[in-house]
Amino acid sequence: MSSWSDLFSILIMQGFSGLSSFSVLLLMALGLAIIFGQMGVINMAHGEFLTIGAYTTFVLSEVCQRWALWMKGSYFIVSVVVSFFIAAAVGLVVEHLMIRHLYRRPLDTLLATWGLSLIMQQSFRSIFGAKEVSATLPDWLMGSLQPTPTIDIPINGLLVMGLALLMTAGVFVSLYKTRWGIWVRATTQNRVMAQAAGINTRRIDRYTFGLGCGLAGVAGAAFTTIGSTGPTSGSMYIVDTFLVVVFGGAQSLIGCIASAFSIAEAQSTAEFFLTGSTAKVLTLLTVIVILMLRPQGLFSMRVRK
Amino acid sequence: MTNSQMSSSRNLHAAKASALFVLLGITGTIEAADYPTAKVNTTGLAVTDTEVTVGQLHSATGTMAISETGSIQAERLAIDQINASGGILGRKIKIIQEDGASDWPTFAEKAKKLLISDKVATVFGCWTSASRKAVLPVFEKENGLLYYPTFYEGLEQSKNVFYTGQEATQQILAGLDWLVKEKKAKTFFLIGSDYIWPRTSNKIARKHIENVLKGTVVGEEYYPLGHTQFGSLINKIKLKKPDAIYAIIVGGSNVSFYKQLKAAGVTSAKQTLLTISVTEDELLGIGGENMVGFYAAMKYFQSLDNPNNKKFVEKFKAKYGAKSVIGDVTQAGYLGPWLWKAAVEKAGSFDVDKVVAASPNIELKTAPEGYVKLHPNHHLWSKLRIGQVEMSGQFKVLYESGLLEPNPFPKGYQ
Repeated sequence: MSSWSDLFSILIMQGFSGLSSFSVLLLMALGLAIIFGQMGVINMAHGEFLTIGAYTTFVLSEVCQRWALWMKGSYFIVSVVVSFFIAAAVGLVVEHLMIRHLYRRPLDTLLATWGLSLIMQQSFRSIFGAKEVSATLPDWLMGSLQPTPTIDIPINGLLVMGLALLMTAGVFVSLYKTRWGIWVRATTQNRVMAQAAGINTRRIDRYTFGLGCGLAGVAGAAFTTIGSTGPTSGSMYIVDTFLVVVFGGAQSLIGCIASAFSIAEAQSTAEFFLTGSTAKVLTLLTVIVILMLRPQGLFSMRVRK
Repeated sequence: MTNSQMSSSRNLHAAKASALFVLLGITGTIEAADYPTAKVNTTGLAVTDTEVTVGQLHSATGTMAISETGSIQAERLAIDQINASGGILGRKIKIIQEDGASDWPTFAEKAKKLLISDKVATVFGCWTSASRKAVLPVFEKENGLLYYPTFYEGLEQSKNVFYTGQEATQQILAGLDWLVKEKKAKTFFLIGSDYIWPRTSNKIARKHIENVLKGTVVGEEYYPLGHTQFGSLINKIKLKKPDAIYAIIVGGSNVSFYKQLKAAGVTSAKQTLLTISVTEDELLGIGGENMVGFYAAMKYFQSLDNPNNKKFVEKFKAKYGAKSVIGDVTQAGYLGPWLWKAAVEKAGSFDVDKVVAASPNIELKTAPEGYVKLHPNHHLWSKLRIGQVEMSGQFKVLYESGLLEPNPFPKGYQ
């Protein structure tokens, strides 16, 4: 039926679609990995910070359609940056009002942030309406590259991939190469000692949480090119996000990357050879079995008990 | 003048008055006094001399609010219009709205509340099959009345429910016939979200393709609700090269699927795609530009060119804003109150049993979708249309079938 060159093209595109799922998982897990991994806060409202990014993109798209048509092709880049700052700002407010009172009570943060996610969802519904909206995306973003007539590489996939790489690199540099990173890691490892050494742990907490939320905002803006924008759009990603972070080992960024990669590749390969629902079941089963054997996740910090 | 004389003289006046109104072309001037409450309500429903209370049971919050908002609005519009034209049997309709909150047990709870505490005369509500299945035992036990607006998988018929959307065979068969006739499709790829409606519908589609149209199904795939990555599926489609994709994906997944399909270069220029799960409402989220040229099979499109629909669209926009759109289910929701009104007036009573008995063969000539008629099996005779997605997020109607008989238990398709 299909010739060998066709099969080869499919193979290439399938490889790309695996990588593209990997970047999606990585991009959304990054923020959570910082908040959950570094601070131990289980943020159930992470998906809603993603939604903030998506709605920011939508609002900017409307603004640009109405008043600044000349920005039609480029507003999207602006909206990624703006999304980061808006989501981070909301994150700072939330941290100040809610999270900081619950730092030593992880189970309570779980409940509180879940409540927060419901409040945020209903607020989106009240502000933007219950129906999904659609940002008008620049044409260049929604096309595909065609290296050969039978291969299509989606540009929005490349964009998500690029952003994922950029953000991961950014997080790595700031955690391991800056003074702030040292403070964050010191606070994570031993809060009291860090305080004694003169680190303002309260401020570290606040900005770490803000950064995590900002990253979710970036993911939200990027995902408008491949997914929906509605009050509950973010919650579609939350289960996978936690899966990636827990599977990777909560405190390890390398683990987060490895886990996003293995889950995405396993899932998309299984989807190709089996069906969508079966693939999902298989992936989840594998993750459960591995977590039973290795409860600390793929990578974990060695800590003296 | 004795009491009876007085009432008969009033009846006479009323008769004269309605005769006059009929002459003037004004209808719907039935006086409540002609229908004493004791006579039109023998089962203790919430009916007074001036008012009749009905329930509205949809999700105004939660994930399903995306879809159900349109139905809520359309039902309210119809009820407002009925009230403005004199109400039902001279009584104004009062609405008690309950929120199912996208949670099926909540639907059942609220249905109980509406039927047992509020004693509503009828309920307009539900959207998903899951919510309908959850309230069905309540309506049957309490002998309530439900008008259900969504196109659905069929295989159900309850004395207490009227289905104003299409059942599966009405929506599926004519659409597939069209694909074969107009697009010369021989091979089909069936796709759906993984739950009862897409699975049952695709089962019917597969039987029709294989047994009647003598075509081939080259793939059938289901993805979990809320799935966001369709890369592998799109590659499988590219590998199988079907003449037509038949898609029944719902919710946020819809948006992911069509955006990723476009970005992978699968556009209407190269690929025929027919869906039964995308209306104008879903297109708001997907964006017309991401689906342009693909086809949808529905009984109603906002762009239908007939006088009923023009009036309906105008009234709807006047009430809910110029930017609002009207999808298939929204229009079906609009039919509910009108069908109920016709049945109550024919029965001369609000009693559920009498309304049900009067319902078969009720006709509605004013429906935005055109003429509809209620079948004794509680579904509507209706037409199927094929619409093509335009950049604007509207559909261009390309084809219209004859009036299709509802057949919720199709032989040879199960």
